[in-house]
Amino acid sequence: MKTLLEVHDLKMHFPLKSEKWFSKEKPVLKAVDGVSFSVRKGETLGLVGESGCGKSTTGRAILKLLESTAGQIIFKGEDITHYKGEKLRKLRRQMQLIFQDPYASLNPRKTIASIITEPMKIFGIPKEERRKKLDQLLDVVGLNASHKQRYPHEFSGGQRQRIGIARSLALEPELVICDEPVSALDVSIQAQVINLMEDLQQEFDLTYIFIAHDLSVVHHISDRVAVMYLGELVEIGEANEVYQQPQHPYTQALLSAVPEATPDREKERILLKGDLPSPQNPPAGCKFHTRCPLAEEICRVKKPELKRVSEDGQMAACHFAKEVVAAAPV
Amino acid sequence: MTTPLLEVRNLRTHFFTKAGVVKAVDGVDFQISPGETLGIVGESGSGKSITAMSILGLIPSPPGKIVDGEILFKGENLLHKKEKEMRKIRGKEIAMVFQDPMTSLNPVFTVEKQMVETIMTHESLTKKQARARAVELLQLVGIPDPSQRLRTYPHEFSGGMRQRVMIAMAISCNPSLLIADEPTTALDVTIQAQILELFKQMQKELNMATIMITHDLGVVAEVCDEVMVMYAGKPAEFTNAKEIFTNGKHPYTTGLLHSIPKITPEKQKLKAIAGQPPDLRHLPQGCSFAPRCSKAMERCLTVDPEMRQVGENHQVRCLLYEDEASKKAVTT
Ligand SMILES: Nc1ncnc2c1ncn2[C@@H]1O[C@H](COP(=O)(O)OP(=O)(O)OP(=O)(O)O)[C@@H](O)[C@H]1O
Ligand SMILES: Nc1ncnc2c1ncn2[C@@H]1O[C@H](COP(=O)(O)OP(=O)(O)OP(=O)(O)O)[C@@H](O)[C@H]1O
Ligand code: SF4
Ligand SMILES: [Mg+2]
Ligand SMILES: [Mg+2]
Repeated sequence: MKTLLEVHDLKMHFPLKSEKWFSKEKPVLKAVDGVSFSVRKGETLGLVGESGCGKSTTGRAILKLLESTAGQIIFKGEDITHYKGEKLRKLRRQMQLIFQDPYASLNPRKTIASIITEPMKIFGIPKEERRKKLDQLLDVVGLNASHKQRYPHEFSGGQRQRIGIARSLALEPELVICDEPVSALDVSIQAQVINLMEDLQQEFDLTYIFIAHDLSVVHHISDRVAVMYLGELVEIGEANEVYQQPQHPYTQALLSAVPEATPDREKERILLKGDLPSPQNPPAGCKFHTRCPLAEEICRVKKPELKRVSEDGQMAACHFAKEVVAAAPV
Repeated sequence: MTTPLLEVRNLRTHFFTKAGVVKAVDGVDFQISPGETLGIVGESGSGKSITAMSILGLIPSPPGKIVDGEILFKGENLLHKKEKEMRKIRGKEIAMVFQDPMTSLNPVFTVEKQMVETIMTHESLTKKQARARAVELLQLVGIPDPSQRLRTYPHEFSGGMRQRVMIAMAISCNPSLLIADEPTTALDVTIQAQILELFKQMQKELNMATIMITHDLGVVAEVCDEVMVMYAGKPAEFTNAKEIFTNGKHPYTTGLLHSIPKITPEKQKLKAIAGQPPDLRHLPQGCSFAPRCSKAMERCLTVDPEMRQVGENHQVRCLLYEDEASKKAVTT
């Protein structure tokens, strides 16, 4: 499979207001701090991790909605890191975002019809075609044609999320970054939307980066899964491998905490001790060491690199994960 | 049984729009006692948030109107209260975590200003004390470096952090009833567990009652005592949280349970409930779930079922259980 997107050592630091006005040091918040991964054409990469660990920021930096502090973004073999103007505009057509917050992302003064057709209008798609596409999209995301002339406030949370999905798909993008696309939906509609996204992927060979907190949803839809903690990638690999043999203690804790829809829970939850450290002053060594049940002296001083931990290419960044040397290429 | 803290009777909230009347909430009944947690689950658009907003007197009017029903809080009907009295109850007695943090946080003010203001409206604290309380609350909901973070604006927070700011504001005045509308959708499972634990603790210490609106049935299993499943503005099923998983009866409920993805190595297509949610302006005659129901019978298309008792503390609105219910009525 061809690689569609490569991200090398991506960093996104936000400047903060200094606590002391006389201090020379400019504090920064390291929202994303050296993340590398690649996404193959047609696959779904799930992105999970603690709230505030930098998932949305990573997505926004890839889409170039944010100017990254450092690193390289390569899309279809081209370095797009510093794209501007017309080049960026053209690129936007091929990459879309489904927003986390369906409320904030829909203009309250526009009808559903104009919200969904707006991106097509921007790219000069003729009116007749726009109209046809609109009906098709509404149908595809399960909204009624009678909804067209209504405004966002007349819809429930879940309905608004589907409006956002319809808008994102209007331009038939190649890469869709889905930021919590189904978290506002009840499970039956969620299942419909996920099935829909899978069908669309098949049909149009779409590539997804799928950010979500629901780990069973992520497992279901993803080919591979990446786990982030405090702005860094701590584990990445095939979905089944990561879920069945998580090698990083953070991944293990995360998976153990999934609430289960059964009245009698049997699974033992690994409780993380301590508070989430601040991305402004992340711990030295392994960033997870302040909360890690396995942490030892080395974790406090030395930063673990992402290393290969399985034959199939699962990677984890923990001193105690067993390294597997890749078989020599044939 | 303890006297209920809140009792909602036959609540009907409709929206009068140009294109017709939207019966967003159309006959909802439930009650909740101090220390209890009631879960409300159900179809997106089925009236869960509007039920909550009705309790708080926050229905935009026009076009919305509570056309029928009673909302008894500590024995008093909230529908008879003046806006000024409601303002005192909101936040202090009944607090709400709204589903959409970005529309309830003001983007032009710092989080500090908003939190301090909220705290000071309901408690007689100095600004300094209120700030200290805000720091403490942010710590409780797991925001790192709260003192520094207070000075920033909502857009500088991640989605889940905003949601936690809302939670912190809601619990700031130790309410006797907390209505949490999808409070953990933007949170990862470890922080979610921490927040749910915090709610449980407040429930125990302050005897706080909670209405938990969620579509996460895992959350229901974990924290709720009772659940109401809603469909098209009406309760479809009501029972205790254990029973819903072991003995859920309404075809919509069982459909929901089957829609949950399971973490198994072989991936299968998810079993969604076929069809679309109904247009609340033109509800079908008969049972509103009938067009999507795999067990629908001829009668379901014409007869609108009533809520029926099918067991101790178990009610279902479905014609399949009509006989069962009438048998029970005879024997008891
Ligand atoms: N515009 C901004 N200015 C300053 N800080 C920001 C900005 N946007 C994000 N941050 C900070 O960057 C960090 C990462 O945020 P991000 O939104 O990427 O998290 P996330 O992983 O998507 O979390 P969630 O799961 O809660 O949505 C957070 O600490 C957040 O407060
Ligand atoms: N201002 C309004 N005008 C017209 N209809 C409205 C208005 N507000 C809400 N509705 C309708 O009322 C119904 C109930 O909405 P509500 O927000 O309670 O749904 P919900 O059950 O909370 O759904 P979700 O799980 O998606 O949040 C929806 O069908 C919605 O379209
Ligand atoms: S490197 Fe150490 S602190 Fe980091 S995850 Fe591994 S054991 Fe834990
Ligand atoms: Mg996010
Ligand atoms: Mg809602």
